[in-house]
Amino acid sequence: MQVDFSNNYFELFELPASFDVPQDHLDTRYRSLQRFLHPDKFASESDAQRRWSVQAASFVNEAYQTLSKPLKRASYLLSLNGISLDEETDTQMSPMFLMEQMEMREALGDAPQASDPYAALEKISDKLRVAQSASASDFNSAADNEDWTQARTVVRQWQFLEKMMSEVQTVEARLDDAL
Amino acid sequence: MALLQISEPGQSQAPHQRRLAVGIDLGTTNSLVASVMSGTATVLKDEDGQWSIPSVVHYAQDSPVVVGRKAQENAADDPLNTIRSAKRLMGKGASDIDSSWLSEHYHFDMDSGSLPAFKTAAGNKTAIDVSSAILSKLRATAEETLGGDLVGAVITVPAYFDDAQRQATKDAAALSGIHVLRLLNEPTAAAVAYGLDSGTDGVVAIYDLGGGTFDISLLKMQRGVFEVLATAGNTALGGDDFDNAVADWIQAQAGVSQLTDKGARRQLLALSRSLKESLSSDSSAAYDLTLENGTQFKGELSLDVFNEIIEPLFKNTLPPCRQVLRDAGVAKTDVQAVVMVGGSTRVPLVRSKVGEFFDQKVLTDIDPDQVVAVGAAIQADVLAGNKPDSDLLLLDVIPLSLGLETMGGLVEKVVPRNTTIPIARAQEFTTYKDGQTAMALHVVQGERELVTDCRSLAKFELRGIPPRTAGACRIQVLFQVDADGLLTVSALEKESGVVASIDVKPSYGLSEGEIEQMLKASMEHASEDVQKRALAEQRVEARRTMEALNSALQADGDQHLSAEERADLDGLLQNLALTAESENHDAIKLAIEKLEAGSSVFVERRMNASVKQLMAGQELSALENALVTGETSGESGQT
Repeated sequence: MQVDFSNNYFELFELPASFDVPQDHLDTRYRSLQRFLHPDKFASESDAQRRWSVQAASFVNEAYQTLSKPLKRASYLLSLNGISLDEETDTQMSPMFLMEQMEMREALGDAPQASDPYAALEKISDKLRVAQSASASDFNSAADNEDWTQARTVVRQWQFLEKMMSEVQTVEARLDDAL
Repeated sequence: MALLQISEPGQSQAPHQRRLAVGIDLGTTNSLVASVMSGTATVLKDEDGQWSIPSVVHYAQDSPVVVGRKAQENAADDPLNTIRSAKRLMGKGASDIDSSWLSEHYHFDMDSGSLPAFKTAAGNKTAIDVSSAILSKLRATAEETLGGDLVGAVITVPAYFDDAQRQATKDAAALSGIHVLRLLNEPTAAAVAYGLDSGTDGVVAIYDLGGGTFDISLLKMQRGVFEVLATAGNTALGGDDFDNAVADWIQAQAGVSQLTDKGARRQLLALSRSLKESLSSDSSAAYDLTLENGTQFKGELSLDVFNEIIEPLFKNTLPPCRQVLRDAGVAKTDVQAVVMVGGSTRVPLVRSKVGEFFDQKVLTDIDPDQVVAVGAAIQADVLAGNKPDSDLLLLDVIPLSLGLETMGGLVEKVVPRNTTIPIARAQEFTTYKDGQTAMALHVVQGERELVTDCRSLAKFELRGIPPRTAGACRIQVLFQVDADGLLTVSALEKESGVVASIDVKPSYGLSEGEIEQMLKASMEHASEDVQKRALAEQRVEARRTMEALNSALQADGDQHLSAEERADLDGLLQNLALTAESENHDAIKLAIEKLEAGSSVFVERRMNASVKQLMAGQELSALENALVTGETSGESGQT
């Protein structure tokens, strides 16, 4: 059975397709949808209904996770506007940005040997958080102006920041394990 | 035989009986069954008046399998045939045995297929067999107490259980004829028990240290919805390890380096356990044990020394605690309550140190040994359909990332850990050689980057890819994880439409055929029982199917079906109702299948109609009004 969920994620959540989304609204709508669709609501129903419910609940989960995370939401908005991120074929980045990234990467490499490694990591995370929220507001204004080329550039840099953040967390986990 | 009653189409059915459903806590050390009776979740007592049975099974030659306390009594006399802690081997392969302390205590047969088996006097027994024996015992207790056949059970598993371990648990249930309504994470079950009793809203940490496993989970609770934010743990850490450490200490005190007799070591472990239990309330405990060979262990264990012995083990629980905070993006100060679950949280050091870590007093209001079963029973009651108006909804996450092997033995993660389930994720891959017509897909679970460091779940092949230059084909691989955390993977070549798919039956799980065979084998001497059970199962299934369809037809059958279609369906319903009265389980099964097939169009129309309504926001608003009366819903006042 096919679930006809042809609407886009914003429509599903009764929101205009824009970067600014009220998280409370997402949360409330998400819970309402799941209260209706979740497989647990169909535990005593027929197999066909249960299969349908798994698909529908999966779709809602994917939509919620996409809209709840700023970078995912931004990438999704790009795709709705027909913009592809094409990571492999287009590798051009601003030299300035790449320099900053290299510096941060070096700092991350040195962090475990620092006198207080947790503080060193915290410093990097702070920088990344600042850069990420700058990306969010840059994206927002580019999207407002419908400057999708600029919006795309912002998202590609943002992806770098996100990846770096997860590497910081990996290093932190390794420190924890060594305790 | 009483005449069958068939209601007129569209007419309301008599209010159906309460469906009997239970929650089962299938533990490493102890197992419990609970059910909602007169509105209260109650742990059911067995024929000895006990509310928990040891997860111990005794296999003797030519005599019935013994489960629980009576089996435990054999532990010292017949250690090799008395299997305990089998949960540690659920979903594990032969290669995992060496690293397990079980291998010190039992003899294993590694050659009987892919599943390692305990060698016992009654033949080879896998962990699934042992678990199934325990589940059968609990089922019997429940059916006796509740006075009827169960429609199903919610069975709890550690949140950290991987796909293979969950599958093995489901297999064990199938083997004991239990319909699994849901596999529920133990910490989530504990939260259900607490949530309804205390009505907390906010982020809660569930610290669960049982006999053999440790879990830490962060849950967000809001208006009856429990959302697992993150979960981590260790499947090989628990109170058993405390006992082992104490036993080692006692041996060291007595200058006994090695105990060759396995029965002797067990006696020592039993002693260690009772010392541990005394130290939950006392500041020291004396011991005096003389083995058959004359070796004497005598002395005193103070709480301080005990704390020193177990502190290194306790400390292993802290990295997962830090990890869940990090994964959920939650600060320690955001955690509003810490719930203690599992018998090992009775140890004072555990309570105080966990309280220290989270900087607050930990919750111990509900018996830590019962809380999981109680929560599972509440959920089972809801899932069985006894509480149509219940607000309770559990949104679980997968505990470990799922991915595929790519070139160079690297893992490409497709579904990262802590993703809310159910979920479907697609990822595109391509060929790496010119003219390549087949692709080997290797599904793995774990956090590491190399395939060799992750758990291998399944391998399958996609054949018939049209030959093209390398990188030209687009192969879409779809991962689907259901609400129990079980995975199905399918692959599709987009141009030709070639498809391959696999229900991920992990390397250490069982196939449907194997389950059937094991069922038959275990019942060889009682073929009548098999027939009876199959018949009872099919009748329950028939009833469930008819009830589900009848209530749907009643709601909006006329809206979606022509008179002719309706008549066909009614015919199939009537056929099933009649067949269900016969003694032929195969015929009943067939009639169910016919009805399912015949009703699929109706179900599809109905569901799609409700989606449309849902999209239009009508149904939902009505629903929400019913659910959150008095509260402003998110739809109003926005944009």
